[in-house]
Amino acid sequence: MSQRVVVDPVTRIEGHLRIEAETDDNGIITTASSSGTMVRGIEIILRGRDPRDAWAFAQRICGVCTLVHGIASVRSVERALNYPIPKNAELIRNLMISAQYVHDHVMHFYHLHALDWVDVVSALKADPVATSSLQQSLSSHPLSSPGYFADVQKKVATFVESGQLGIFANGYWGHPGYRLPPEVNLLAVAHYLEALSWQRDVAKIHTIFGGKNPHPNFLVGGVPCAISIEAELSAGAVAGTGATAVNMAGLQQVMSLIEKMQTFVDQVYLPDTLAIAGFYKDWFRQGEGVGNFMTYGEFPSTSIHDSSGFLVPRGVILDRDLTTIHDLDMDDPEQIQEFVDHAWYRYRDGEGVGLHPFVGETEFQYTGPKPPYHHLDTAADYSWLKSPRWRGKAMEVGPLARVLMLYASGHEPTVALATSALKQLELPPEALFSTLGRTAARTLESKIIADAMPGWIQQLIANIKGGDLRTFNEEKWDPSTWPEKAQGGGYMEAPRGALGHWIVIEEGKIANYQAVVPSTWNAGPKDAKGVRGPYEAGLQGHHLHDPHQPLEILRTIHSFDPCIACAVHVTDPHGEELVQLKVT
Amino acid sequence: MKSDREKESGAIVSQREETVLQRLRRQGISRRGFLKFCTATASMMALPPTMAPAIAAALGSATRPSVIWLSFQECTGCTESLTRSHLPTVESLIFDAISLDYHHTLQAASGEAAERAREEAMARYAGEYLLLVDGSIPYGDEGIYSTIAGVSNLEMLRQGVEGAAAVIAIGTCSSFGGLPMASPNPTGAMSVNDLMQRGAIQRRPLINIPGCPPIPAVITGVIAHYLTFGTIPQLDALHRPLSFYGDTIHDRCYRRTYYDQGKFADTFDDEGARLGWCLYKLGCRGPTTYNSCATLKWNGGTSFPIQSGHGCIGCSEPGFWDAGSFYEALSMPTAAATTATRAGVGVGVAAGALSAWQNLHQRNGARTGHQEVKLDDLERG
Repeated sequence: MSQRVVVDPVTRIEGHLRIEAETDDNGIITTASSSGTMVRGIEIILRGRDPRDAWAFAQRICGVCTLVHGIASVRSVERALNYPIPKNAELIRNLMISAQYVHDHVMHFYHLHALDWVDVVSALKADPVATSSLQQSLSSHPLSSPGYFADVQKKVATFVESGQLGIFANGYWGHPGYRLPPEVNLLAVAHYLEALSWQRDVAKIHTIFGGKNPHPNFLVGGVPCAISIEAELSAGAVAGTGATAVNMAGLQQVMSLIEKMQTFVDQVYLPDTLAIAGFYKDWFRQGEGVGNFMTYGEFPSTSIHDSSGFLVPRGVILDRDLTTIHDLDMDDPEQIQEFVDHAWYRYRDGEGVGLHPFVGETEFQYTGPKPPYHHLDTAADYSWLKSPRWRGKAMEVGPLARVLMLYASGHEPTVALATSALKQLELPPEALFSTLGRTAARTLESKIIADAMPGWIQQLIANIKGGDLRTFNEEKWDPSTWPEKAQGGGYMEAPRGALGHWIVIEEGKIANYQAVVPSTWNAGPKDAKGVRGPYEAGLQGHHLHDPHQPLEILRTIHSFDPCIACAVHVTDPHGEELVQLKVT
Repeated sequence: MKSDREKESGAIVSQREETVLQRLRRQGISRRGFLKFCTATASMMALPPTMAPAIAAALGSATRPSVIWLSFQECTGCTESLTRSHLPTVESLIFDAISLDYHHTLQAASGEAAERAREEAMARYAGEYLLLVDGSIPYGDEGIYSTIAGVSNLEMLRQGVEGAAAVIAIGTCSSFGGLPMASPNPTGAMSVNDLMQRGAIQRRPLINIPGCPPIPAVITGVIAHYLTFGTIPQLDALHRPLSFYGDTIHDRCYRRTYYDQGKFADTFDDEGARLGWCLYKLGCRGPTTYNSCATLKWNGGTSFPIQSGHGCIGCSEPGFWDAGSFYEALSMPTAAATTATRAGVGVGVAAGALSAWQNLHQRNGARTGHQEVKLDDLERG
């Protein structure tokens, strides 16, 4: 019997996401609808404020990918004002962005995604000695003794026997979809706990440069952290006593934290991903989104305005064709457009058309059911997310898009890593276009980016040694130096994908602000032509073993690493026009 | 006042058959590990060393109390911050000290199974569970701006508050409305306290832990304190625990000496900035912000915003988003200010500094009784 399966809340994500899926007589998903169910209205809150303050507001769009909106925001203001930043500031931003990637991806894998593949209860049946052998065969990770795994198992046993399962209560334990041997489950549970401890240490890179994590501080015109090394030397003081956190001890700590990141990725995250994936090869054949991929590009080697020097290139891949990378211009009104045909918004000139963020409108029109409700009308409007499109096409953004872009552009470390991973799993390259392909891409990318970090810190130290301590350019800090009107787009690759902020500044204040974020590209509702975005397309064809335990839906949705507070961030309850950006 | 509060909150920690310590031992967790948790709790709360064994005793006589965490108009930064706590750690909290029965970001189950976990915990531990809330709550327009499982945030909060022994609002959004409430408050966002005051939800003992996000150790420290003693800690008028929110950041800032000497950074990378001079002129809100950033610092004591060169933006204060640009000095120093010394700079600042100084003096008396609790002290005990 066909039925509608509702998953709300989708947990182990950022934000509030609801999935409604129709299944046929055989329990196969025929259509799926993705709905963002929470809004705050951050863009309207930004209007009229000082553009130099915008990063702090925008950053609070999301506390998981905690720095990305701060970075996109300062870049948008700097682009609008044609405001160059010092080399050291670019390097420090690179280090902070890359630290975010590795931190975020590891936490996603172990704390948000792992429980889709790992049966915690099954770990009780594991042989700690066999688990130890398994660990030692995978890598040189030191926590690998039989005694260590016996302790972890004992901890899990006591937890389960207590009857108070806490965050593990009502999990889908024992579901036939879980196929890992008990030893692999035990290994993964041990690493779930280790990753919790690891992540709070490596987050300190943000704390050193940004003062805190989550929500480190940023600055239009550079970075706020003055380098106190010269002061330290000139005062003849001991290393580490410099007045700011960016002193010798701080930089040494950054280096050791980078090493800690690389080690965990190499010894734990990468081998675990491949080991677990080997038991779920059928998930390399399903869960593909739309087959189109887009990256704005990231990690400038010179300046953000020179995309030729980016580590991750900018471009578009269509229909899985890795032989052609299409050019992309985020400022071109013909390229990026947002549709609202199935979203709770309306356009002045009617629906069915897409608007570029520079001329975007956000007028609120809630037509959903009054809460409490059981079902949304998915034939009509059903989400607070808009539907962004590139030249009318739905695009997937995120780690898979970046790895494909690096691969297609011949980035050697990526080609080597992807080839070796596929070989180990005995899978063809097409396997990447799938649920686990996406998950594996996130792991591969973590290694690529973690391995790039030592280069940036070494460059920073070399600059300092050469006497360049500049971290901030004061030139255009004072609003009286600004033109009467200016506008610009700030672009970046967030861990979840391509992110853009568009700002219009008038008389020193924000006249308009709009963000189009990664999870909107991936999670948005269908467009005017009924074309579905990656989440909805990815779920089609999944077979649900038990509609009351929608494990299969969670696997594919989590493979995108949803960030729904990001995806839904605009609204105007009073029907006012929120965003009207005009190209001048 | 205090006795009222104690009466109001009462003891929520139920006695159950097995003690935490017994269970931890069975799990292979050492006495040392357990005491480390207790030590952390004591030092977090600035309690004298003699209190640490009492904490151990209190936790040793209780099983894991149920905690339900509801997330509304939020960014998940508060949950992320929870996971960054070095002592007590999130692992020791959720696996050894509490039973975290509902938490969107961490829980295994989704959809109806997740909602069932919430309902089961509310029924089974009615009147006993601790309710944690992050994010503001959109009020009005029948709750359309935020729903979970088709239920409005207000309704879910109302249900949760009913059987809660106490409520802890985590972060500035649930404490004071935060970013969603910033002008013009597009969704009619409100704090937990706002809703209690207007009778939209029942009144329960309420602790606010503001901050955007709050300091990791403050979140776990306050939860641990409450679970240990079964009472809410001493609060100020804004429901903030005085032990963490009793002083301004300015009062405890390592750059305070430079302020007193009139040495200020004029821009973000001038010599003053590199020498760690006071960020007052660059808009630092340390003088008007009550929080522990300058003493506890962030992420295991690594740094805090001022130490990393950016002024405090006042993120734990009510209405801070609408209090003017983050880069405007609180009150501009006069031309002579840069050479002024202990007299302070500017009239407003001088007055503020004086009252802060008096405040500090009063506190120092209380503080002399406190020492940091060392693990060895406990083990000897």
